[in-house]
Amino acid sequence: MILNDEFRLKIGLAEMLKGGVIMDVTTPEQAAIAEKAGACAVMALERVPSDIRKDGGVARMSPVSMIRGIMAEVSIPVMAKARIGHYMEARVLEALEVDYIDESEVLTPADEDNHIDKRPFKVPFVCGAKNLGEALRRISEGAAMIRTKGEAGSGNIVEAVRHMRTIQREMKQLTVLSHDELYGEAKRHQAPIELIEYVAEHGRLPVPNFSAGGVATPADAALMMAMGAETVFVGSGIFKSHDPARFAKAIVKATTYWKDPVKVMEACDEVGISEPMRGLDTSKLPAEELMANRGW
Amino acid sequence: MAKVGVLALQGDYEKHARALERAGAHVAEVRTAEELDGVDGLVIPGGESTTMLKLLDRESLMEPLREFGAKKPIFGTCAGAILLAKEVENPSQPSLELVDIAVQRNAYGRQLDSRVAHVDADGFGPMEAVFIRAPIIRKTGPGVKVLARYNGDPVLVEQGRHLVATFHPELSSDDRVHAYFLQKVTG
Repeated sequence: MILNDEFRLKIGLAEMLKGGVIMDVTTPEQAAIAEKAGACAVMALERVPSDIRKDGGVARMSPVSMIRGIMAEVSIPVMAKARIGHYMEARVLEALEVDYIDESEVLTPADEDNHIDKRPFKVPFVCGAKNLGEALRRISEGAAMIRTKGEAGSGNIVEAVRHMRTIQREMKQLTVLSHDELYGEAKRHQAPIELIEYVAEHGRLPVPNFSAGGVATPADAALMMAMGAETVFVGSGIFKSHDPARFAKAIVKATTYWKDPVKVMEACDEVGISEPMRGLDTSKLPAEELMANRGW
Repeated sequence: MAKVGVLALQGDYEKHARALERAGAHVAEVRTAEELDGVDGLVIPGGESTTMLKLLDRESLMEPLREFGAKKPIFGTCAGAILLAKEVENPSQPSLELVDIAVQRNAYGRQLDSRVAHVDADGFGPMEAVFIRAPIIRKTGPGVKVLARYNGDPVLVEQGRHLVATFHPELSSDDRVHAYFLQKVTG
């Protein structure tokens, strides 16, 4: 585990985002609504995941002028998405001085074998994972933050729950094994032995573990926090709801006060009877339409 | 044993909790006015000051915090420093106005300008200082004592019972600043 000063700074910003909500935005106007609602960061992308799912075609990095407009609009950190393996989009985002890059399965992958080698970059990266092996492979490539993938744009929390449960269970299992069993675990998880040893010793990832993909209500956000997420990403759940400003504010409250059911109830009540985004039954989606299956 | 609260609305409050525990404190997370009543000192952690400010406002915690600060010690790091300051710019925003300093938010630039530096602190000696999208203290009032500077700007200051750092001692494996704050709490 390389813990040099540069990697500590990358993890350091992720530490500052804990206990908050990171919101997907496509325009400076949406970024302003997110900041006003109490987002701790915004994620710039071309289209929210549910539109990407609906429209089809190739989803790419956001236009530079749009990201620049969002950076000028808000004082909170601005993240932006690059396609899996598209290290040139990542270099462009670094040149633009975004605060974090999400190498994201929500965009159409650019490389079906390799992720971006994230270590040479000075800007930190977040990557998605469905299980512990995937999380540790991304960390070995230099990711300073992991988020469970969930199923972006689905408005259905079931995949985020599945991925968070899986990662937490796989981490717990490592902590009770003896050291000579860890080599076999490294093979099974297809992850470096040093990172397997780290998890076995500490019972947690060496970088912050956030959650994404499917949060549509304040209770969804609180659920992910209760399951061990340290922050939640909300994509389509805000700007595809019928009242983005209210949903954003209520989701922030539920995330902060997830331990207190009365406060979570108040947060649920704040959205009144306005409708959350329409959800999808992810079990009915064909495998090739699942964004979570992108990434290797 | 002194009971120290960590404001746990958003940010790296767990890192502060661990550092305070290593320094010998009994730690409690604070999210409500009732929880604030039960502690002898408070840490306002790093994080996003705008997010914290909105939650403080919505949960009506600004006044209870001001009253707390009139009697008991508060230690603010980074976002916490911004919340404690008398004046905030870039952009201008409300604050608790408990420490006579003027701060400029995100003054070093964006994440690419975050850095691990080394400072020589008065009474502490050499110390690592981790700056993350940090503010700069542009002005200090007559009652403020500067304990450390980086590039000429104050980065660790105190005013009476309150302590302010624009960097993150909680991200270094050095608990001397937390131990110093604990002394202020126990008196």
